[in-house]
Amino acid sequence: MTAFARTLRAEWTKFRTVRGWVLASVATAALIVAFGLVPGMRGSCGKTGPGSECRLPVGPGGQEVSDSYTYFHQPLSGDGTITVRVGALTGLLPGDDPNQPRHGLAPWTKAGLLLRAGTVQGSSYAAVTTTGAHGTRLQYDYTHDLAGQPGGPGQPDTSDAAGGSSGTGSAGPRWLRLARTGDTIRGAESPDGVRWTMIGSARLPGLATTVQVGLFVTSPQYSGEVHRGLASGAFGGPSQATGTFDHLAIAGGWTGTAWQPDVVGGERDAVGDQLDGPATGAESVERVGDIVRLTGSGDIAPAVVGAAGLGVSLSQTLVGTFVGLIVAVVVGCVFGTAEYRRGLVRTTLLASPGRTRVLAAKAAVVGTVMFGAGLAAAAVVVVLGQRVLRGNGVYVHPTPTLTEVRIVAGTAALLALAAVLALGLGTLLRRGVTAVTLAIVLVVLPYLLAVTVLPAGPARWLLRVSPASAFALQQATPEYPQVANLYTPVNGYFPLAPWAGLAVLVSWVAVALAVAALALHRRDA
Amino acid sequence: MVFPSLLAHPTITVTGLHKRFGATTALDGMTFAVRPGQVTGFVGPNGAGKSTTLRIILGLDAADTGEALVDGQPYRALRHPLRHVGSLLDASALGPGRTARNHLLWLAHSQGLGARRVDEVLETTGLTSAARRRAGGFSLGMRQRLGIAAALLGDPPTLLLDEPFNGMDPEGIIWLRRLIRSLAADGRAVLLSSHLMRQLEDIADRVVVVGRGRVLADAAVGDLLTTVSDGRVTVRPVAPMAVGGGEAEAAAVAGAGALDVATAVLVDGGGSVLPAGDGSLVVAGLSAEAIAALLGRHGVPFSELTAHRATLEDAYLQLTEQAVDYRAPAVADRGVLPADAR
Repeated sequence: MTAFARTLRAEWTKFRTVRGWVLASVATAALIVAFGLVPGMRGSCGKTGPGSECRLPVGPGGQEVSDSYTYFHQPLSGDGTITVRVGALTGLLPGDDPNQPRHGLAPWTKAGLLLRAGTVQGSSYAAVTTTGAHGTRLQYDYTHDLAGQPGGPGQPDTSDAAGGSSGTGSAGPRWLRLARTGDTIRGAESPDGVRWTMIGSARLPGLATTVQVGLFVTSPQYSGEVHRGLASGAFGGPSQATGTFDHLAIAGGWTGTAWQPDVVGGERDAVGDQLDGPATGAESVERVGDIVRLTGSGDIAPAVVGAAGLGVSLSQTLVGTFVGLIVAVVVGCVFGTAEYRRGLVRTTLLASPGRTRVLAAKAAVVGTVMFGAGLAAAAVVVVLGQRVLRGNGVYVHPTPTLTEVRIVAGTAALLALAAVLALGLGTLLRRGVTAVTLAIVLVVLPYLLAVTVLPAGPARWLLRVSPASAFALQQATPEYPQVANLYTPVNGYFPLAPWAGLAVLVSWVAVALAVAALALHRRDA
Repeated sequence: MVFPSLLAHPTITVTGLHKRFGATTALDGMTFAVRPGQVTGFVGPNGAGKSTTLRIILGLDAADTGEALVDGQPYRALRHPLRHVGSLLDASALGPGRTARNHLLWLAHSQGLGARRVDEVLETTGLTSAARRRAGGFSLGMRQRLGIAAALLGDPPTLLLDEPFNGMDPEGIIWLRRLIRSLAADGRAVLLSSHLMRQLEDIADRVVVVGRGRVLADAAVGDLLTTVSDGRVTVRPVAPMAVGGGEAEAAAVAGAGALDVATAVLVDGGGSVLPAGDGSLVVAGLSAEAIAALLGRHGVPFSELTAHRATLEDAYLQLTEQAVDYRAPAVADRGVLPADAR
């Protein structure tokens, strides 16, 4: 056996022969499981009889999507082109008083041209569209978003609540063109119908010969944050928008059938009305001569969790992680400071004079124990917690298996690394109370503050720099820039990518262990 | 186990250790060696640098200069340190929540040893019945036994025991003295540190006396006693007619005369003589045998003839008198011999 293996075995024997530490490790897992399985959240999905089951449309990539809009379309067979001018775009937004909507556009309100494989929700599409605050875009198949010129016909929402801002491009009417060649869609825009600028192109694999093409308007769920003193909260609700189109022109393989108005999604959809898109009841299509006016509400975008979406993500099942983390951090600290309570460290160093080796062995032991506890707890909670939530009528967004594996292993890694960080602090500070306090302030407090009182800015900053950044490993659903939402930790969104969050925590651990090892070497035992 | 191959070489060598703690010089050139098959006493007043020296030998503290080697290597370089040196520094240095057995178990695992060896040392130290009790609840005496069990765990050829008798009951002290003697008899090197010279009587083969961070004396016990003893002899002459009976009466009548005669005889014989004032004479420069022969030849009877036998305590007090940092005045007055008698 190598010297490290012997030291490792000795430290493991040390750990397992203190009953309190073993119980605390079990408690770490038990608390996470308890919080994850206790029925706290309730919803109405499947609770009001048959037909009340919640289901979101699924896009071509297999992801859940929002797909609600007002459409004015006709079939196109083969290749063809459509051009239109968006003359005006106006809308209504919810205010922080729910009964008093105000005039304005959501940043991602859309009005433009839409080509779809069909009007079935979730079908493949490409759209060239003006937006409330993000200029002209070419979007396709829900998750893809290409930017064109800023500016457009909409009155940009100038309220500071949702980050809407006016574009730098010219305001006013915008000409849009969408051209289909096979399964390739190209989008172009123009300020005057003369000088055209290409936005980009999209490929929709396997696009049928006959597709639906036309005008569309939709306006997503709108949400904002309110801060009054220390209290902060969010408000939100459906928004609606009216787009005015003219100079509609088509060329190519059009079938010649009449333009057909449609409201897709929203309240007229018997199955999805609970979840899919905010229906304001004001959807309409008017045609006066060459002028078409569409009023729509909803979104054509990936479905998100939070204020702008419905249901919860898998992260919700892991709400108890921070409680388990507190216990893990205490165990990690005490495994270090117990050496100093009665001079045990001298006996330890007599048996294993390699001081870095002792620290490494302790880190391996407490890290492995907490990894195991976290792995077991997260696996149970991710599997059973979803069932409990669904049983309570809460819609839980399905998560790909690989993401589930990352969440389970990531939760285990979070607990393990936090415990090792605490061990480093304990070894460095040598005093249990001080080390435990510091470790909790560093690891758990940033998360707690971020999910409770802190406004979004400071919360995101904390979760970028503190060891709690590794909570990002628990993010189950991605954040989409083309969907305005409150991407807050409490909804399961973290500012860093999972691996970046892990890297931040790993850096903290590396620094803490290095400083602790240096201190161990420098000082007389 | 006997370690014949190690008999020739010291197992621990300490060479020129210096160590300062801030303005205080703890060690000032500490140099000595510990040899196998012997109990080496390591004595000195509190603050003399005994514990610091032991901690440097064991790699817990770093010396500013100098070196301490165990079996020819620095302690920190030993692969299985507890198989080279067993040590008892601070019997309380343990996790109070663990049982005695579990405390020894993790130590055993750190040396690649198993539970069977743990049970053996528990047996040796008489802790078998207390093995499953929490060590935090042990009395100091039991913790000392547990510390000795830990020191014996690796069956090491060398043992360093710092004040192992502290807190032990008389029975425990007897047991430990026997154990230490038997360890040395096995051929092991035992360094036994103590601030009480009396504890080393009849057990140490060799004594290293330290004071103010330096070695004051490093000698076999017999040699040390000879050095301290200056060869003085107390003799109590009596009047000739009193021999055979009525001694008290005779001494009262003719004692003074006998003292004068004896003094004259002994001075002629080459001794220097001091009357002790209680009817006896203290003679220096002559051995007890020479005094007996002289007095016999001159027909001077005597009732007592005692060679001074210095104790280790005497030697210690003499050696440390100047090295003691803090000393009660009453102790200073107790000096048996002048400091320069060495």
